[in-house]
Amino acid sequence: MFGLRHIPGVTTLQLDTKLCSGCGMCLNVCPHGVLSGTDGRKVAVANRDACMECGACARNCPTAALSVRAGVGCAAAIIVGALTGTEPTCGGGAGEIAQSPLPSTTRSR
Amino acid sequence: MVRTEMTGRTTSDAAWCFGTVSTPAGEVPRVGTKLSRADVAGAWARRWGFGRADYTVPPGLYAIGAPTAESVVLVSANYKMSFDSLRGRLEGIDAWILVLDTKGVNVWCAAGKGIFGTEELVRRVEATGLDRVVSHRCLVVPQLGAPGVSAHEVRKRSGFRVIYGPVRAADLPRFLASGMEADAEMRRVRFGLCDRAAVVPVEVVQGGGYAVLIAAAFVLLGAFGEDGFSLDRVLAVGAAEALLVLGAFLGGAVVTPLLLPFLPGRRFALKGALVGLLCTAGLWRLTFGKAAGSGVWSLVAWLLMGTALASFVAMNFTGASTYTSLSGVRKEMRSAVPAQAVAVAAGLVLWGIARFTGLLG
Repeated sequence: MFGLRHIPGVTTLQLDTKLCSGCGMCLNVCPHGVLSGTDGRKVAVANRDACMECGACARNCPTAALSVRAGVGCAAAIIVGALTGTEPTCGGGAGEIAQSPLPSTTRSR
Repeated sequence: MVRTEMTGRTTSDAAWCFGTVSTPAGEVPRVGTKLSRADVAGAWARRWGFGRADYTVPPGLYAIGAPTAESVVLVSANYKMSFDSLRGRLEGIDAWILVLDTKGVNVWCAAGKGIFGTEELVRRVEATGLDRVVSHRCLVVPQLGAPGVSAHEVRKRSGFRVIYGPVRAADLPRFLASGMEADAEMRRVRFGLCDRAAVVPVEVVQGGGYAVLIAAAFVLLGAFGEDGFSLDRVLAVGAAEALLVLGAFLGGAVVTPLLLPFLPGRRFALKGALVGLLCTAGLWRLTFGKAAGSGVWSLVAWLLMGTALASFVAMNFTGASTYTSLSGVRKEMRSAVPAQAVAVAAGLVLWGIARFTGLLG
């Protein structure tokens, strides 16, 4: 659905254009068109509030220009995490198992 | 039964597997592109949250059509629904499918957890002897695998270059035909009505048990009131209240997801609250509205409880949505959960006073 958006101004996505090599991998992997190419080769954040913090861009940035605190955008996972004293974790649902995300999903500089 | 020498595991004697293809790395099982009634029924069952607990296929290499050393390698998860979604779209195409061991989890969820990831991809490439099967060094990974796969790391460790394919398997034939070019729409995840409807059943089945329990509690409590024990009231009042509970639940679990873009606000909890308010008010009018002794305080109590329940259930739909972030859901919960708790508590207190004392009309 075009234009379905959640709460604005919350994403932890950061782009350091100084480190950007213009490879464009982030443009290939973002499911919501958050980033876009510019006239120069470097990318820019075009649609910050569309970011769902999946971490695909940061994981595929060879120069670590992108960073985000990735995690599941799931209320049930946050509740389960709060009750068990762990990071938000998905428990149950078709085709899923209860397992915490890898500790290194956050790429910070 | 077919043995996959490279993984040392037998593929199940399932209808989707027939014959093998010889490769320098061993015999590779062939799979078809036609999904059987059993495959379709299995997927339907999984959507409703039941079916075989391990709805998986053995990890390893598979052949579609008549692949050669130049044929493309498509990577998938070992969740059978993922595997079937992929092969069902490969009619007329010759390809290799590399199935990763994602413990029966679908591509996107597994990627988020890291199980569909760099480590497993590199491991599986090595275990299957892929470098002996194909002459090129290219892996087409579904775009939704990207949260777990670092393309540059895979290249460094396995020598294989990762190309991200489209989000939807349906776009694969076009993607492959165009020489691995994806247009913007192929790279977008949407959450249209059909996508939303597809994930409603599993959420309903998961939460429905609790809703039924709460509804049953109100049926039983219907026997008790200011004037003591009365079995008549179980039907007259208890059953009606159970209906209010179920109505609020379905409002949050079905109506809110289906009408998501048309409901006000960004927060799921707010959208659910509005639906809950309307559902509860409407159902209350239908059941109690005409009954004698149904005071305004009972209505207020139920509006509070029904709104809170629908709001909570709708908020949990964030987990099935394709666009909410951890930060966004955290922010939403910070205000929504206390509000829901207060509303339920206040509603229960009012309900209790109205039912068991004569203090409220």
